[in-house]
Amino acid sequence: MANFETVEVTTDVLICGGGMAACGAAVEAAYWAKKNNLKVTLVDKAAMDRSGAVAMGLSAINQYVDVNSGANTVEDYVEYVRNDLMGITREDLVANIARHVDSTVHLFEKWGLPIWTDADGKYVHEGRWQLMINGESYKVVVAEAAKNALGADNIYERVFITEPLVDDAGNCVGAVGFSVRENKFYVFKAKAVVAAMGGAVHVFKPRSSGEGLGRSWYPPFNSGASAYFTIKAGAEMTCQEVRFIPVRFKDAYGPVGAWFLLFKSRATNGLGENYMETRRDELEKWKPYGLVKPVPANLRNWLMMLDVMEGKGPIYMRTEEAIQKIVDDVPDPKAQKKKLKEVESEAWEDFLDMTISQAILWAATNTFPEEAPSEIAACEPYFIGSHSGASGAWVSGPEDLAPEEYFWGYANMTTVKGLFAAGDASGASSHKFSSGSHAEGRIAAKSAVRYAVENPNMGSVDGGKIDELKATILKPLDLFEQSQGGSTDPDVNPNYIRPKQFMFRLQKIMDEYAGGVSTNFTTNEQLLNKGLELLDFLREDSESLCAEGHHELMRCWENIHRMWQAEAHVRTILFRDETRWPGYYFRADRPAMKDDWKVFANCKYNAADGKWEMIKRDIKTVY
Amino acid sequence: MPSYVIPDKCDGCKALDKTACQYVCPNDLMVLDKEKMKAYNQDPAMCWECMCCVKICPVQAMEVRGYADFVPLKAFVTPLRSSDSILWTVKFRNGTLKRFKFPIRTTPEGSAVPDGGFATGTDDLKSPLLFTEPESTKCGGLPKVK
Ligand SMILES: Cc1cc2nc3c(=O)[nH]c(=O)nc-3n(C[C@H](O)[C@H](O)[C@H](O)COP(=O)(O)OP(=O)(O)OC[C@H]3O[C@@H](n4cnc5c(N)ncnc54)[C@H](O)[C@@H]3O)c2cc1C
Ligand code: SF4
Ligand code: SF4
Repeated sequence: MANFETVEVTTDVLICGGGMAACGAAVEAAYWAKKNNLKVTLVDKAAMDRSGAVAMGLSAINQYVDVNSGANTVEDYVEYVRNDLMGITREDLVANIARHVDSTVHLFEKWGLPIWTDADGKYVHEGRWQLMINGESYKVVVAEAAKNALGADNIYERVFITEPLVDDAGNCVGAVGFSVRENKFYVFKAKAVVAAMGGAVHVFKPRSSGEGLGRSWYPPFNSGASAYFTIKAGAEMTCQEVRFIPVRFKDAYGPVGAWFLLFKSRATNGLGENYMETRRDELEKWKPYGLVKPVPANLRNWLMMLDVMEGKGPIYMRTEEAIQKIVDDVPDPKAQKKKLKEVESEAWEDFLDMTISQAILWAATNTFPEEAPSEIAACEPYFIGSHSGASGAWVSGPEDLAPEEYFWGYANMTTVKGLFAAGDASGASSHKFSSGSHAEGRIAAKSAVRYAVENPNMGSVDGGKIDELKATILKPLDLFEQSQGGSTDPDVNPNYIRPKQFMFRLQKIMDEYAGGVSTNFTTNEQLLNKGLELLDFLREDSESLCAEGHHELMRCWENIHRMWQAEAHVRTILFRDETRWPGYYFRADRPAMKDDWKVFANCKYNAADGKWEMIKRDIKTVY
Repeated sequence: MPSYVIPDKCDGCKALDKTACQYVCPNDLMVLDKEKMKAYNQDPAMCWECMCCVKICPVQAMEVRGYADFVPLKAFVTPLRSSDSILWTVKFRNGTLKRFKFPIRTTPEGSAVPDGGFATGTDDLKSPLLFTEPESTKCGGLPKVK
C-alpha cells in the first residue's frame, strides 16, 4: 500500500468544508465551544480564503429579509421560496434561516464587506431580497472572521474529506481524508460532525467540453462531497431530483440577476418576441405556481426553452434597451452622460466580481452592452441546494418552529445521530444563497455543540475498519504503481481507468439518460432505467480508478462522490411520478404535475444490503 | 480562459515552502516545476478562471487567456489588487481599453473580529438565539416567525 502516515486528530465538533456555511459554523461553534470547554476542528480541501463557490467573489448578497426596516416578514420569505419551488419546501427550515440571516449580513458588514448604501445610508437593493456589494473579497473577509475565531491550529487546509466514520450504533463519529500535499492519511474523531462541503458540478456534461470544460457556472471544485458523505453515513436525503439549471449569459455564464432586477432588462428571442409574454398561457398549466409573481425560476427557464426548441433562438438579454431606458429617465443631458458611465461601471463590476470569464468574452467579442444585446442560455444541471435547487440531506427543524414530524432533537441534524448539515449539504430549504448558508452554518454549529455537550461519550470505530478504509482510499495510487507497465501509454491501459475519462463517462450517461443539455433536459422511465444500468457498470469500474499522485487521487474521489450524487438523482427522478419543475427537467412520459405528488421524494442508502429505499414524506406547513 | 504563467516573470516565489499560486488555487491546479523554478497550471481544462492565482501572484507573473474553444483571441482582463481596492484593466479585441476601480473591503486586513462588536448575548445553549443575537439582528429580538 502507498506509504501514507496515519494522523489521528481527536476533537469534539468537526466541521467538514470551509465555504460559506462552514465559515458560519466556525464562528458560532468557536463561541459556544469555548464556553463549554470543547474543541472545534475545520477541514477544507482548499485554502479557506478562496475556497468554494464564493472563491472569485460575488456581486450581491442574495438573501436579506430586512425585518428591521419593516419591509418584509419572515413569512414573506417563506412564501417566496415555497412558490419558487413549486410547493415543495420545508417551511420550518426556511423560516429558521430567514430569522437569522439579517444578523449574519450585519456581521459581514462589520467584518469589512462593502455593502452599497444610498444617500440616506440605506442598503441598495438589487431586488426585493438582494443587496448590492463590492464583493471581490467577500470570501476573504468571511473566512478571516472564521479563522480568527478558530485559530490556525484548529484548521486543516488541503485535506480532502473522503468518508464519514460511523460507529456500530449508527452514529457519525468523525471522518477520514487525505492530504493533497503530503503522504498523510487523516482520521478525525469527533462527537458531532457538520457536513458543509458544497454541492456538485460535472455530474452532467457541460456545454463546453474543450478547454472551457472548467467554465461551468458552478465551480468545478465542488464535486458532491456533501451528498456522498451524508448518503454513505446512512442519512435520509431529500429533493435529490431538484437540480438547478441557471439561465446565464451564454458560454461564459455571467450573472443575469443585476440585469433582470436592477437594470430591469427584458429577454427576447431571435424574432424580438418576449417569451414571458407570448407564452403566458403555458403558465396556466403549472398553476397555482405558474400564476404567482415572480414566476418561479424553473418556469421562466421553461418558457425560454420552449422558444429554443421551436427554433426561435438566439435568446438575447436586451442590455442596450435597458441601459437606454435608465439613461432616458434622467432629464438633464449632462446628468445622462454621468448616469451612463455609472451603469456601465456597475455592469462590468457585476462580471468582474463574480464571473471574470464573461468580462473576457465581452472584451473578446467587442461587446458594448449599451450598444448591442448579449446572448443568454440555459447552463447544464447542477446540484446546489442553497440556491434555486433543493437537493441535500433531510434534517431536523428547530424545536420552536418544526412540526412534530420534522423534529428529532437537534436543529439541522440529519437522520444520522451526530451528523449535521448546512448550506448545499441540507435539502428542501432553497434560496439561502451565500448569506443564508452562513446563517444556517451558525444554526447547525450551535446545535452540534449542544449535541456534543449532551452526548459526551464519544463513539468509536475500530482500528481494523479504519485500516480497511485507508486501503480503499489509497488504492488508486497502488493500482497505477502496479499496472503502469502494462502499456506504453499511461493513459491507455487495460488495467485501470483514469479519473478524467471516468468523469466523462459519468457525464455522458447523465447527459443522455437523465436529461442533460443534449437531450433538452428531457428524459423518461426507460431512459432512466437504462442510465441506472450503465451507472452500475461505472460503479464496478470505480474500483479500477488509478492515480499518479495526490492531485489525481483527489480527482478519483471527487468523481466517486459525483457518481453517488448521480445515482441518488436518477433514482429520485424515476420515483417522482410526474413533472413538477419543467425547466429543470421534463419527464416526457409524465408531462404534468399531479396533486398526489405534492410530497417530498426522499431516499436512503442502506450500506448493509446495498439497496436504496425510496420514501414519500408529507408536506407540513408552519403557516 | 485558463491561467498561464509568464516564464520571465515567475521566480517560483523565491523557493519558499509553498508558492502563492499553489497555496490559493481552489482547484489545486498550480504546481511548481522545481527544476525550472517556474509554476504551471497542471490541468487548464479544469480552470474556473477565477483569477485567485492572478490576484495573489506577488510579481504579476500570471494571466488568463480566454478558453480557446469559445473565446476569440486578443482580449485581456487584468486585475491589480491592493489591501482595500482592486483595479481592473479590460483590453478589447479591437484595442479599446477600459479601467475600473472598486473597493474590496472597509476594514484593515486581518482585523475581522468574530462578534463584529455586537454584544454576545445569551449563554443558553438551548435558546434559538445565536452568538451576537439579538443585538446583531437590529430589530430588538429574534424576528417573529408568526
Ligand atoms: C456562480 C455562482 C454565483 C452565485 N451568486 C450568488 C450571489 O450573487 N449572491 C449570493 O448570496 N449567493 C450566490 N451564490 C450562492 C452561494 O455561493 C452559495 O449558496 C454558498 O456558497 C453555499 O455555501 P456552502 O458552504 O454550502 O458551499 P461553498 O461555499 O461552495 O463551500 C464548499 C466548501 O467545501 C469544501 N469542500 C468541498 N469538497 C470537500 C471535501 N471533499 N473535503 C473538504 N472540503 C471540501 C470547499 O473547498 C469549500 O470550502 C452563487 C453561487 C454560484 C455557484
Ligand atoms: S505566485 Fe507567481 S511568482 Fe509565485 S510561483 Fe506562482 S506564478 Fe510564480
Ligand atoms: S484561475 Fe482559479 S482555477 Fe484557474 S488556476 Fe487560477 S486559481 Fe486555479
